[in-house]
Amino acid sequence: MALRTPIRVMVTASATALALTLTACGSSGRSTGAGSGDGALVWALTQGSEATFRASATEWNKQHPDSKVTYQYFQNDPYKQKLRTAVGAGNGPVLFENWGGGGLKSYVDAGKVADLTADLDASPAWKNRIFPSVLKSATFDGKTYGVPVNGVQPVVLYLNQELFKKAGAEPPKTWDDLLALVKRFKAEGIAPISMGGASKWPDLMWLEYLVDRVGGPDTFAAIADGKKGAWSDPAVLKAAQMIKQLVDAGGFAKGFTSVSADTGQAEAQLYTGKAAMLLQGSWGYGSIATGAPEFVAGGKLGWTGFPAVTGGKGDATDIVGNTANFFSLSAQASAKEKKAAVAYLKDGVYNDTYVDNLLKNGDVPPVKDLDAKIKASANADWSSYVYQLARDAKNFQLSWDQALSPELGNELLTHLDQLFLGQISPEQFCAQMDEAAAK
Amino acid sequence: MSTAKISPTPRQQGGPPFLMALPALLLFAVFALVPMGIVVYLSFTRWDGLGSPAWAGTGNWHEVLTSDVTRHALWLTLKFMVVSWLVQTPISLLLGAFVAGQQRYRALLAVIYFVPLLISTAAIAIIFKNLLDPNFGLGASLNLPLLNKNWLGDPELAFYAVVFVIAWQFVPFHTLLYQAGTRQIPGSLYEAASIDGAGRLAQFWHITLPQLRYTLVTSSMLMLVGSLTYFDLVFVLTGGGPGYATRLLPLDMYITGFQSNEMGLASAISVVLVAAGLLLSLIVVRFSGFSRMRSQQAGV
Repeated sequence: MALRTPIRVMVTASATALALTLTACGSSGRSTGAGSGDGALVWALTQGSEATFRASATEWNKQHPDSKVTYQYFQNDPYKQKLRTAVGAGNGPVLFENWGGGGLKSYVDAGKVADLTADLDASPAWKNRIFPSVLKSATFDGKTYGVPVNGVQPVVLYLNQELFKKAGAEPPKTWDDLLALVKRFKAEGIAPISMGGASKWPDLMWLEYLVDRVGGPDTFAAIADGKKGAWSDPAVLKAAQMIKQLVDAGGFAKGFTSVSADTGQAEAQLYTGKAAMLLQGSWGYGSIATGAPEFVAGGKLGWTGFPAVTGGKGDATDIVGNTANFFSLSAQASAKEKKAAVAYLKDGVYNDTYVDNLLKNGDVPPVKDLDAKIKASANADWSSYVYQLARDAKNFQLSWDQALSPELGNELLTHLDQLFLGQISPEQFCAQMDEAAAK
Repeated sequence: MSTAKISPTPRQQGGPPFLMALPALLLFAVFALVPMGIVVYLSFTRWDGLGSPAWAGTGNWHEVLTSDVTRHALWLTLKFMVVSWLVQTPISLLLGAFVAGQQRYRALLAVIYFVPLLISTAAIAIIFKNLLDPNFGLGASLNLPLLNKNWLGDPELAFYAVVFVIAWQFVPFHTLLYQAGTRQIPGSLYEAASIDGAGRLAQFWHITLPQLRYTLVTSSMLMLVGSLTYFDLVFVLTGGGPGYATRLLPLDMYITGFQSNEMGLASAISVVLVAAGLLLSLIVVRFSGFSRMRSQQAGV
């Protein structure tokens, strides 16, 4: 009933608090998980790469009966809270999946994550096979606290080729092209761009790309460092103004603010021919291929990088998105567990069968020299495109809501939502973000 | 109607011994009072859920009481409470009086009315999210321009869309209360009235409505306090958006605590919520004469 849920939330919060206080006073013991013996317990997510993880654990455990890995899988959103509570209470697993960036940093700051730098340095072959632009997301103050375990997820612009052909249009190369396309498609009665605005984070992709194209990677670097007034940088203001320009020009499909990104409706607008373009992470390909296999098989799905901005400082090869998911090692694990876990990260993750399994699944791992393997895989066109995009990018910017602290990330999403809704001006957006960052 | 049966003397002599209340009291203390005490303590700390809470003095309280977001959430919650009550009460009262009657097909209709009670909140939210979708929802598929609005994406409309969905979910429950209440009214009153020549409308106005007074109080109290703590449906339906348009106080608490990881600040918000709930209950009890309630059927 209506009365109960928030009270339950409150009680849970308080019970958590209680549990934490109790454990802080009492034990320093940590459960290793049933049956893992001297091995390592791994917490990972159900979606995406679960099949790869499962296959990898089976293979590894067959070859290493003395140092087995045991996986436990969780759903995305509850996982974040469970992990936080368990790690906070000292009951976390040996290895845990995470997204790098500000979220991981809060665990690092609390002293809960082991530094992997020495292990990586001791094995150059391991360190050097990973794209440095991806490893950067789990590196703080020159120390690496996690290694990638699945595919790169850059954000690209998806196109409905059929609609482009019908309108006789070319994929946009520059921002001005994009604005011209908006006019053209609107005149045809087609929504230019679909977007899951209700989920807020798709809004962010536009800001991330525009800030990068206008001001280059340094603009966000200053924001991430918490420099005073970094949000009022002319590049951020310009990007916010360009967003307003695009919204005011009717660039986004009608009602985009109530379309949820989780339900795949923005993708559906693209493949049902209601919208011509969609800016989305590489996982969008999977949603489209599942929702409309014939659309992809018929070659009607196109893709391109985010358009360049004339006169901007950013390189047009720069990409934004989720660099990858990472495995991080608990600082509270025993020496033996740590050794087993590092051995698994080094030789179990991203070995030949592991990479093959990822590719089969449509994941493109940030591992060097995979061209031949990718060419031979299913969806070779798409996978090669993503691979080259990630490999050749001068800068691979981690999604801002992941890169910043959760507090600031949340405020950013809400203020940006208001900018897209036209509730605040670009100037107000910058001022409010500066204020939020100063807190 | 249980409220009508309360004994005329509020303080009964020689009731059940205090010991019998002990288990319930203990549970209440452990699961309600102790956590509440911890929340009050946490509201004076800074805590991200990972390390240990650090004393922050009155910092959180200062922020909560001066923050535009929280103040807006409080205002929105009050508005939501009033609008919800205004929408739900007349509908459930009339429906309740109707399904209490003996008309043909009444039982069948009643079953249909009560269906929402059986669906879980999350399912309701997801159903309506899809029905109200501007591209693939009801309005778009049936081509009804009147329905085809950006219900959940327009800051003006989203609030009323949420009020509507919540009414859809909870009207059946309150209808049930009113139905039970109406069934308790002795038939002799209606017989007497019809002998005196009172019509349907007059009977409703002069017998049903006054007799349902205490049901109205109960139902209103549940509605008001309920809307103060309303969370799950809004969370799934809009997540508090667009912008801050549906960020009610409980949602503000959740987002602050579990998405922004500011447990101290969220605790302060939840204390405000508890205080508001207590205050509201006290006011309703005071002004509705709940404590002075006695049977309305004396002499029947």
